[in-house]
Amino acid sequence: MSVGARRLVVGAHYGLRDWLVQRATAVVLTLYLILLAVRMVSARPIDHDAWAGIFVAPGMKIATLIAFAALAWHAWIGMRDIWMDYVRPTGIRMLLQLGTVLWLVYCLVWAVQILWKV
Amino acid sequence: MSARRVIRNISIADLVRYRLPVPGVLSILHRISGALMFVLLPVALGLFDLSLRSQGYEQLRQLSGAWWVKFVMAALAWALLHHLLAGLRYLLLDLDLGVDRAWSRRSSWIVFALSLPPAAWVALSIFGVL
Repeated sequence: MSVGARRLVVGAHYGLRDWLVQRATAVVLTLYLILLAVRMVSARPIDHDAWAGIFVAPGMKIATLIAFAALAWHAWIGMRDIWMDYVRPTGIRMLLQLGTVLWLVYCLVWAVQILWKV
Repeated sequence: MSARRVIRNISIADLVRYRLPVPGVLSILHRISGALMFVLLPVALGLFDLSLRSQGYEQLRQLSGAWWVKFVMAALAWALLHHLLAGLRYLLLDLDLGVDRAWSRRSSWIVFALSLPPAAWVALSIFGVL
């Protein structure tokens, strides 16, 4: 894509989107932590039943799942930044990035299993 | 005024004597705490899983007696606190709040003042000092 007569803009143009997603997911995670803190305070004294009870409500399950999804996406962008900054050989970097995505998807599925067992 | 040495493209060995300003320290710790939480994610999920099972809760109580579990939990507590507070500071910076040098240094100190004492308190409680 060229801008004006001379300037050639290159790249896949996903930089801004990822930057924005990292911030949006950060806000989601902050809000979830506040929600969880409120639930924990109102469930005091915290023993096993009270703690597990927090995650029994379908609303809280869905909120927690959204938080885990936001966490996975947020972590993907952060880890991708780290790999891009420090790992120069393209092949190794792509392998690490692929591994990161697969690992985060695995953790997300695991989180669903954990949540829906309660 | 004496000429200041310009440091560019520093090597790894230079890192030791490179005096990073406070916002720089906050920044690299933000990255380290994020990477640490990524690495410890399976441990955190495993502990979360145990905590929600009825027999697992008791297992977790016993497990949390192990020094490495204590260490992991203390590290997670610090990483979360630092990453959260430093991240909120970045959100404010993105909104053009506190961008000038004086305020960016001040807000970095504020982040450390808010994150380190609670993290120390959590760590000391976990290790049974408090």
